[in-house]
Amino acid sequence: MYSKKFLEILKSGLDQWDEQVAPLRGKKSMPRFFTVSGEDIDELYTPDSVDGVDQDDYFEKQINHPGVFPYTRGVHHNMYRGRLWTMRQFAGMGTPKQTNERFHFILKQGGGGLSTAFDLPTLMGYDSDHERSLGEVGKCGVAVDTLADMEIIFEGIELDKVSTSMTINSPASILLAMYLAVAEKQGVPFEKVRGTLQNDILKEYIAQKEFIFPPKPSIRLITDMMDFCTRKVPQWNTISVSGYHIREAGATAAQELAFTLADGFCYIESAIEAGQNVDEFAPRLSYFFNAHSDFFEEIAKYRAARRIYARHMRDKYKAKDERSWKLRFHTQTAGCSLTAQQPENNIVRVALQALSGVLGGTQSLHTNSMDETLALPSEKAVLIALRTQQVIAYESGVANTPDPLGGSWFVEALTDKLEAEAEAYFAEIERRGGVLNCIEEGFFQRELARSAYEHQKELEKKDRVIVGVNDFTLEDEKIDIPVLKIDRRVEQDQCAFVKKIKTERDNNAVQATLENLRQVAAADGNTFEAIYDCCKAYASVGEMCDVLRDVWGEYVETQAAMQVS
Amino acid sequence: MAEKIRVLLAKPGLDGHDRGVKVIAAAFRDAGMEVIYTGLRQTPQMIVDAAVQEDVDAIGLSILSGAHMTLFPAVLKEMKAKGAENIILFGGGIIPDEDIAELEKEGVSKLFTPGASTEEIVSYLRSAVKNKSDDEQII
Repeated sequence: MYSKKFLEILKSGLDQWDEQVAPLRGKKSMPRFFTVSGEDIDELYTPDSVDGVDQDDYFEKQINHPGVFPYTRGVHHNMYRGRLWTMRQFAGMGTPKQTNERFHFILKQGGGGLSTAFDLPTLMGYDSDHERSLGEVGKCGVAVDTLADMEIIFEGIELDKVSTSMTINSPASILLAMYLAVAEKQGVPFEKVRGTLQNDILKEYIAQKEFIFPPKPSIRLITDMMDFCTRKVPQWNTISVSGYHIREAGATAAQELAFTLADGFCYIESAIEAGQNVDEFAPRLSYFFNAHSDFFEEIAKYRAARRIYARHMRDKYKAKDERSWKLRFHTQTAGCSLTAQQPENNIVRVALQALSGVLGGTQSLHTNSMDETLALPSEKAVLIALRTQQVIAYESGVANTPDPLGGSWFVEALTDKLEAEAEAYFAEIERRGGVLNCIEEGFFQRELARSAYEHQKELEKKDRVIVGVNDFTLEDEKIDIPVLKIDRRVEQDQCAFVKKIKTERDNNAVQATLENLRQVAAADGNTFEAIYDCCKAYASVGEMCDVLRDVWGEYVETQAAMQVS
Repeated sequence: MAEKIRVLLAKPGLDGHDRGVKVIAAAFRDAGMEVIYTGLRQTPQMIVDAAVQEDVDAIGLSILSGAHMTLFPAVLKEMKAKGAENIILFGGGIIPDEDIAELEKEGVSKLFTPGASTEEIVSYLRSAVKNKSDDEQII
């Protein structure tokens, strides 16, 4: 891209600059110049910092135009000039009725899509009245036991008019089946149902740890569901391959990038092995990344992700459809970066993180609320978080042109570096026998624990400053922002409701569908269709998961995965 | 010189977020303590049984799901039932101040919230264990 002559002039100028800066190097404003992931940053970036800039095909190969392979600058030709990202705020708490009210409120405010958080018993496949659910019902999200709850959550919401995202993993097939059963009752054909399931079990073993079954049957649940959706629910995004939780568990940017894409490739390989055509299912896969505090590193991470994905999809998995090459992603700001101290400062952190997601070309964005280190977000905090996105979209001017930081020597060099680090991890994962083996031997888990501990030590040595926590603290700080509490009555009401449904439904039909599910799970039919029948008979999440636990067993973390670092 | 402090760390309930508990486990280990990490989804009974069997000085629980007002009292109750009240119970998580006050009144020795340093937690545990053994010697 740059001529030999150009680079010669540049280098001689650089030598002079080096002499001029030498006497200034004794004085430093910070102990270390490094990213939040611990990557040291050079003193200066110039065209000479970027590999390959002397080649004529550099631009076409490494960067290229937005909407054009390898999509470094974005997956759409016009990016936000055509359509802004979707401002998708994650919500869900208490009973199905409370969540239904919140959804109506969001839709009235012109919210683009719904995003459902479920409580821990639902995520772990227990009914609200199970003893292990005690104290957890309705706390981290909404409680769902049977189809009756799903009917209440979406009451008065036409399912052909909204797109719904559901953050659910181990029992994802069950929740999608319930959602489709609601659509059927509303007379909405499956072809018109739109939304996304998180449905990423691999990152559960690696990071978030909300797993139920062992990996192999878990992956079968996913590929069975992908097969069903490809045939019958073509607008449904089947997996949102998630780096978010991997990052929250302690990963560096490079680890988040590498482990997430490795997980994505593992699903792709599994579906291909199950006989599916890559171009039929790959366009329905999407990704979910974290927006952490290191501004440029995050932007480089999103750009690298698109480039790596496009190359692997085209060259390794032989996808022919351009839609299969494009990595579309959702972003959420980093919960783990928020502080309980001086919580209002979190508004600023979230704004900077959200800005990196937008400059990185995200398709949708959730901005965290300032009070999330204290409790579930209050309504006021949620509103400020949404307004933050609107200020970025409508006031800052950053949405005016695609990839405004493309061509920055620093950003391009960092993008290349993250790509190289991810490729090195892919080779290591391969050498260790693939993603599933790495989970069993605790490779990912130890990598994350080590990074998390390193980060903590850096904070305590004050190599890294967190405003309000290890520097700029207030004496006798009093927190005076409102904190949301979930009433204990929620649990009692939900337990009473599931007991009532279990006595009123046709229990013979429930037993018959559960028995069918048992047989399908033990043999090799499509589990999704069997689950759908159970849901329509008002079998509960716990009952279906109990059948599957019986047939497949429960997953317990290996000792190797539990090692602290 | 006193014996090595023995501490059992556990994640009760259904919450799987284990970043914090692993950082604390590493910090205790590096501070020269014996750390037993039981892993995820432990019932109060499993936790107290393990603590008694391992003869630990303290139990540390990490809860980020909001179920602390159920789980800490359940572990305390189990400790009483097993005659293990001499073990120190402490913990950490996303726990509002008023809940901390209530739980500390019920018998939880100390609760840490986001932003606490490992240094602070290590020195707390050292002095809590020291006070306990001083008390026991008086008896």
